[in-house]
Amino acid sequence: MSSLAYGLRARARSSRIPAAWRQPLAIAGTVIAFAWIVIAVFAPLIAPSNPLAQSFPASESPSLHHLFGTDELGRDVLSRVIYGSRVSLPIALALVAIAATIGSIVGAVAGYFRGFVDGILMRSTDLVFAFPPIILAMVVAAVLGRGLFNAALAIVVVAWPSYARIVRGLVLSVGDSEYVQSARLLGASSRRALVRDVLPNVIGPVFVLATLDLANAILLLSGLSFLGLGAQPPQAEWGSMVAEGTQYFQWWWIGTFPGLAIFTVVLAFNFLGDSLRDVFDPRTARRAVESDA
Amino acid sequence: MSVLELRDVVVDYERRGGGHVRAVAGASLDVERGQIVGLVGESGCGKSTLARAAVGLVPATSGSVVFEGEPVTPMTRRARPAALVRLQLVFQNPYSSLNPRRTAGSQIADGIGLRTNAARTARVHELCELVGLPGVAASRYPHEFSGGQRQRIAIARALAADPAVIVLDEPLASLDASAQAQLANLLAALARDLGLGLLLISHDLAIVRHVADRVSVMYLGKMVETGATLPLWARPAHPYTEALIAAVPRPDGGGVLPESLPGEVPDPARPPTGCRFHPRCPYVFDRCLTEEPPLESLPNGRAAACWLAGIQGFRVI
Amino acid sequence: MSVLAVESLRVKLPIPGGDVTIVDGVDYDVQPGEVFGIAGESGSGKTISMLALLGLLPEHSTVEGTALFAGKELIGMPRRELRDIAGRDLAMVFQDPFTSLHPMLTVGRQLSEHVRRHLHLDRHAAEERAVELLEDVRIPDPRAALRAYPHHFSGGMRQRIAIAIALACRPKLLIADEPTTALDVTVQAGILRLLDRLRREQDLAVILITHDLGVLSSIADRVSVFYAGRVVESGARGDVLQHPRHPYTRALLDALPHPEAAKERPLVAIGGSPPTPGHIPSGCSFHTRCTHAVDSCRVDVPELRAVSDRRLACPVDPFSA
Repeated sequence: MSSLAYGLRARARSSRIPAAWRQPLAIAGTVIAFAWIVIAVFAPLIAPSNPLAQSFPASESPSLHHLFGTDELGRDVLSRVIYGSRVSLPIALALVAIAATIGSIVGAVAGYFRGFVDGILMRSTDLVFAFPPIILAMVVAAVLGRGLFNAALAIVVVAWPSYARIVRGLVLSVGDSEYVQSARLLGASSRRALVRDVLPNVIGPVFVLATLDLANAILLLSGLSFLGLGAQPPQAEWGSMVAEGTQYFQWWWIGTFPGLAIFTVVLAFNFLGDSLRDVFDPRTARRAVESDA
Repeated sequence: MSVLELRDVVVDYERRGGGHVRAVAGASLDVERGQIVGLVGESGCGKSTLARAAVGLVPATSGSVVFEGEPVTPMTRRARPAALVRLQLVFQNPYSSLNPRRTAGSQIADGIGLRTNAARTARVHELCELVGLPGVAASRYPHEFSGGQRQRIAIARALAADPAVIVLDEPLASLDASAQAQLANLLAALARDLGLGLLLISHDLAIVRHVADRVSVMYLGKMVETGATLPLWARPAHPYTEALIAAVPRPDGGGVLPESLPGEVPDPARPPTGCRFHPRCPYVFDRCLTEEPPLESLPNGRAAACWLAGIQGFRVI
Repeated sequence: MSVLAVESLRVKLPIPGGDVTIVDGVDYDVQPGEVFGIAGESGSGKTISMLALLGLLPEHSTVEGTALFAGKELIGMPRRELRDIAGRDLAMVFQDPFTSLHPMLTVGRQLSEHVRRHLHLDRHAAEERAVELLEDVRIPDPRAALRAYPHHFSGGMRQRIAIAIALACRPKLLIADEPTTALDVTVQAGILRLLDRLRREQDLAVILITHDLGVLSSIADRVSVFYAGRVVESGARGDVLQHPRHPYTRALLDALPHPEAAKERPLVAIGGSPPTPGHIPSGCSFHTRCTHAVDSCRVDVPELRAVSDRRLACPVDPFSA
């Protein structure tokens, strides 16, 4: 039809989530994420019993004594879910931070120097992108050997290229922007403009991506553990708990509650990431007012 | 001697998919201190490219750009030579020429050479006042301003470098009528009061006529006419200038339709033979098809590139 | 009989934190074969008032008033019915010829699809009609143009194609929103001449929305000046633009460089900037920038009333003849 009509329509549904719902979801995301962090920090105080102690009757369904029931070895599932947050959350945070740092540096270097350097670095990210992430992570984890640390390392290998790509794109486009050209004309060196004008405009999107990636990292980590490549028994880790649960379908609570834990954390960080996107866009707030061209 | 001198500047672009496009095909231009030079022409005539070449944002393929006796060199990764910082550019779109994440004051301060913070702050306030912005403007972010105010910030930013010449690429194009008038008056005042040389690139001939001392008319990468504004406007020597002027609608309520110029600016990759304007020219004759007319001097400091320009009794100046 | 008669049109748009009034009671009517000019700066509500008629506003907007188009009420009309009218009897052309055409479809496809849908022509007849339309808007070599894509054309040619699409079904009314703003003056002159010819030959009514009083001066028959969502002055082109009576109309004209005026006359800029929707001053919304404002202007919203040859919303009327 027409540009203006498209523009107005596009503005009306600029996100998958309607505007009126974004704030409640942001609050929900923040509350759930914060709650999980509190649970992880104070796990010993909150958990009713030792997550490794096989001190209860095995495979009891949820009751007032054991809210989430007990598993096939007589361990309290609630305590294991609570302690599980101490594994998934800090590892996911750390590995996302590392992946974001490595990726951002690679992307910034590629975008700043352009040409040959850019070609080499970006082809190497393409190489990683050529494989499905879970498959690549499995291969790396299998080569490095079982264990949580190696699983985390495998996820870093899979995760950094998306940061490299987004940072490179932003450095290139912001670097060519008229405000950077103006700064350069005023006597700023290329490096100074990078630090003062380009990077501050890059941090926001990277932060948003990292938040959304936290959810991915937790999923991947659980996935690797589910496949036996990550956390090893008897450690309480959500992914491996779900894996155990799949062997005992008649005792649904063993796999369901750790699964729900993964679900809520992933959802929380996704909500948070979506709303951070709006926060970091300085134009979101006033778009509606300027609609009359 | 002129403070900014462009001599036979040629700028080639590489087109996506290979091949060169000569966006500027040998253009010369002078800007004196305190003078406003208007550069006009249809879109695609190479005026924006020439503006970028004039400040070193794009490299010239051949020809020379000299600013205050120094050759203007293309930008590298290093900081621009201090001597060249006094040659500034203001972009068309004040929404993209300011960093959305930095305050107006901090961006204006970019170009200030002073050492102490207090001195810089004082200078920022001085510059804001000079371009007619309230003092509180310095601590605000670009999105808090209207288009006209943003363009003032961009001008203040350029002024911070204590420039001798500012090149302005369509600075008024995206503004409302009232903001346009305010800014046009500001530019005229700056040139007069600070002895600034301004190269004002615009497609709005009426505004250019109003503020510029001299006008250069560009067509398909070359100058076709140059001269003092009023004589050029009153008696254009080149048919293209004449057509541009006739196309400006008069805001007099008279109900007279402006004259249209048939055809379009040709693809710069394949310029016409002979005179570049001949396919659209109402006065075209044999010679125009094969021979390109040089930019020839006429009386009163004017020049035009047309075989008919100097001929007595036909296109008298 | 008028093609379009709009009465007390009010539009509110939703923004975060409430509704904001963009158009605050405007009236006008358009006659067949007439170019009706609407002048105003950005934010004056001139575009939104048109989109409201076509049902193109964002969801949750409120539109009040009446708009009779060929005897039918547009406001509150079901979307499907409106869509049939818009495109056939009532067409719109927008400012940006670079985005108003679909980049991936040939010109011929965009033209003939439109013709076939509304006029129910077969393939061959639709193509003939498309060629005829392109000839009408003076596209050179129309048969070749049908097979080309929009990016093959310059801005001016694209705008001509957009006009051809708009005219495909012989509309009674063409709404042109800043149709020449993105174009060079030379090309603008061509488009204005095209519109002028169409209204003479096809008795087409045109609403021409522009901030450029020069454009209105050359082609409009009647002119309405919008400010902050209201009409401040309206009347015949010569009356309004040669002898403006509202201080805003006069200020707008004084701010323009006149091609024949003495160069020494500085442009008289209007102080301040146009109010943004949601922050409209009380009383007469222009009073904060008006050099003729009296105390009552701050309080009373001036009524648009008939005075001799025009309608005027200024009780002070400092420039009455």
